[in-house]
Amino acid sequence: MRDKAILEMRGIYKSFPGVKALQNVDFTLCKGEIHALMGENGAGKSTLIKVLTGVHIKDEGNIFIRTESGEEQEVQIHSPQEAQENGISTVYQEISLCPNLSVAENIYIGRGDSAFISWRKMNKRADELLKSLGIDVKATQQLASCSIAVQQMVAIARAVDMDCRVLILDEPTSSLDDSEVKKLFGLMRQLKDRGVGIIFVTHFLDQVYEVCDKITVLRDGTLVGEYEIENLPRLQLVSKMLGKDLDDMADIKEEAPVFEDKGAAPVYEGEGLCSSEGIKPFDFYIRPGEVNGFTGLLGSGRSECVRTIFGADKVTGGKVKMDGKEVRITKPREAMDNGIAYLPEDRKRDGIVGDLSVKDNIILALQVKTGFFKPFSKAKATEFANEYIKLLDIKTASVNTPIKSLSGGNQQKVILARWLLTNPKYLILDEPTRGIDIGTKTDIQKLVLKLASEGMSVTFISSETDEMLRTCSRLLVMRDRRLVGELTGDQLTQSAVMNTIAGGDKNAE
Amino acid sequence: MPNKKVLPPNASALARITRHQIIIPLAALLLLAVFNLINDPSFFSISLKPNSNGDQILSGNIISIIDNGSELAILALGMTLVTAASGGQDISVGAAIAISGSVMLRVLCGADARAETLQAPIIVAFLVACLVSMAFGAFNGALVAFFKIQPMVATLILFTAGRNIASWINNSQLPIVKEESFSYFGNYIPGIPIPTPFIIAIVCFIIMFLVLKFTNLGLYVQSVGINEKTSRLNGLNPELIKLMTYVILGLCVAVAALIKVSRISTINYSVVAKDIEMDAILAVALGGNALSGGKFSMAASVIGAYVIQFLTTTLYALEVNAAALPAYKAVVVILLVVMSSPAVKEKLAVVGKKFRKNGAAAEKA
Repeated sequence: MRDKAILEMRGIYKSFPGVKALQNVDFTLCKGEIHALMGENGAGKSTLIKVLTGVHIKDEGNIFIRTESGEEQEVQIHSPQEAQENGISTVYQEISLCPNLSVAENIYIGRGDSAFISWRKMNKRADELLKSLGIDVKATQQLASCSIAVQQMVAIARAVDMDCRVLILDEPTSSLDDSEVKKLFGLMRQLKDRGVGIIFVTHFLDQVYEVCDKITVLRDGTLVGEYEIENLPRLQLVSKMLGKDLDDMADIKEEAPVFEDKGAAPVYEGEGLCSSEGIKPFDFYIRPGEVNGFTGLLGSGRSECVRTIFGADKVTGGKVKMDGKEVRITKPREAMDNGIAYLPEDRKRDGIVGDLSVKDNIILALQVKTGFFKPFSKAKATEFANEYIKLLDIKTASVNTPIKSLSGGNQQKVILARWLLTNPKYLILDEPTRGIDIGTKTDIQKLVLKLASEGMSVTFISSETDEMLRTCSRLLVMRDRRLVGELTGDQLTQSAVMNTIAGGDKNAE
Repeated sequence: MPNKKVLPPNASALARITRHQIIIPLAALLLLAVFNLINDPSFFSISLKPNSNGDQILSGNIISIIDNGSELAILALGMTLVTAASGGQDISVGAAIAISGSVMLRVLCGADARAETLQAPIIVAFLVACLVSMAFGAFNGALVAFFKIQPMVATLILFTAGRNIASWINNSQLPIVKEESFSYFGNYIPGIPIPTPFIIAIVCFIIMFLVLKFTNLGLYVQSVGINEKTSRLNGLNPELIKLMTYVILGLCVAVAALIKVSRISTINYSVVAKDIEMDAILAVALGGNALSGGKFSMAASVIGAYVIQFLTTTLYALEVNAAALPAYKAVVVILLVVMSSPAVKEKLAVVGKKFRKNGAAAEKA
């Protein structure tokens, strides 16, 4: 073990049926460093983390940690509890705390030294802890009433209070806005100064360069290398992750795509749309072959808008025309029958049917459209599935593999395949690139532009503005659950978008 | 290589087979069969004997299993769908059989429990019973689907009240059907040596097989059971699909009631199909289906049902005291369920892997 190392994983192997997830991977974490773990989807990041936290058990390899007294020791981690006992704590992307309990309860739950609780003492201790970490929340507050960012920080506080020496942050920033990310980074730096080793898993390159000291890159389950941050420029990092040069990225136009308005009637036109989710009534249209998008901060109502269009939430008002004809769309089935497809924001909750096979997941929407009495034969379904597995380059062992065992990016492609199979006129993509790797992101952006060139209308939502600027010819800007502006042509620049979101531009109402 | 034979068979093929859900009930069935074969090979003997009516019928333990297991296997069909779609079980099927049977008798015998002739054709009685059973199924289904009540709690209502309702339908009388042809359904049709309940069960299996093959029932039910939110966003109506599974179970209940009532041409409200709901749930579980819903295997449930009946008959053959029977059954069930539990399966997989690795190492050496 290196001198300053507090954790060392050596020669880790792990395989699942049909997949070699990790092959001879080494990983070393030093005291007081923030170490980024990078790789595309399916590179093995999650598996490595899960091996370390005892969710999966390694097939081969050794894990060493340095105990508090400074001795090296090999450990066997068979469960998350054992990981915790060895000072390894994890904060997942999805918060795994109890939302209905108070902040203090969440910090101390399951760790009582005695059967009796002194609420006053517990709350006091929690308040002190939170204060020392600079987390602005009251110990007695119910967790659910805090923002996601604060919830995450509470989870970190819990880990810190458990004397963790290795803290794993798995995609902690993917649902945070910029200011929240800043706060989180502040907390991370503070922990670093206390000597905690932090493993940071993220897809945001900016964030890696802002906060990390070292980078370990994985690809296809093998170790590419460990690098000091200053020795690995961004472009090199990306090419190491992809294992290829970045020509692919260059294919995407840097300037805003221009949509030639031929004066065709809108495919979809909505007037005064509103839903039970509390967005202000808004008007919206999209023409054939157009790519537009909703932008705005998280919680500004972007998703709620498209959910209203698709009838995913309870629609409370508005008039809808498809191809100039008035139609009624109040539930997903009606939207589907009108040729609308919707890829939801939360893949796990709203997108996949986890236990079903890739094949069944692909044919699901079309099978609903064809109706109860018209199931595809096995051969036909397999043919459809194989067609899209090839078209979208979905990495799966077979068509019968359960979708839940695929990596996030591939799951997303399966859901995309599901909707493309229905041959929609109008495709809504809500955060299709969230939490997936650059390669797949580029694939999806290219696909969107290709579909549009073939005449499909696409509404695209992404948290990454540059991604939207690359794909959309018209941006609708949301602020505080209300549509505040529309940007086209020359207005499509980062600064114009920011201005409109912030409300300092003439375009805003 | 001389030691090749001691090595496990092709690992990947083995893994493929053991991953198949149906392996669990099949293995249990095999185990019971082997046990009986060793214990007393005559257990499997089947002979052609005349019954009290002078007709030649098949008899033997195996015939008794396929005969008496029919109601359970038919119920297991519906219970599998209910479990898969709603992630819970209907515990009212026993009581519902009492109601359905009572309705059937009421229609057949009219107001007079001792009527000498049928007051209505059997088919009419059966159809009325079907409608009533489906209505009760819809009642359960509506509580579960629209009011989001836990299935076991929702069906507890009918479980509690069902047998009293059944009794009330016939004014607490026990009508007896004198017409002989009615007894065919639960016994034998003259000239056919195979028990009719088994034939009815086979017909039900075939119908279910065709329904699953020629409709999207399987896909919809599994999709709803696994992820309701996704299902809704893909245009399905999860409430309706859940309701539908309970209605289908209602239909299974009516068929089972026909067999049950026909067996003795009358009914005993308090004991007819007693505890059958628990056996039906067990059949689903033995089939390796998650009781929390989601993916299901219909064939595995059916085999699970016959495993239970096989077990009961085996215990009878061993002359176990009838009162002690449930205790013995419980022990075997504990073993079966523990063996097929995820925890044990995982352990077995690890052991199997080590075994293979050692085997491979030995081969190399």
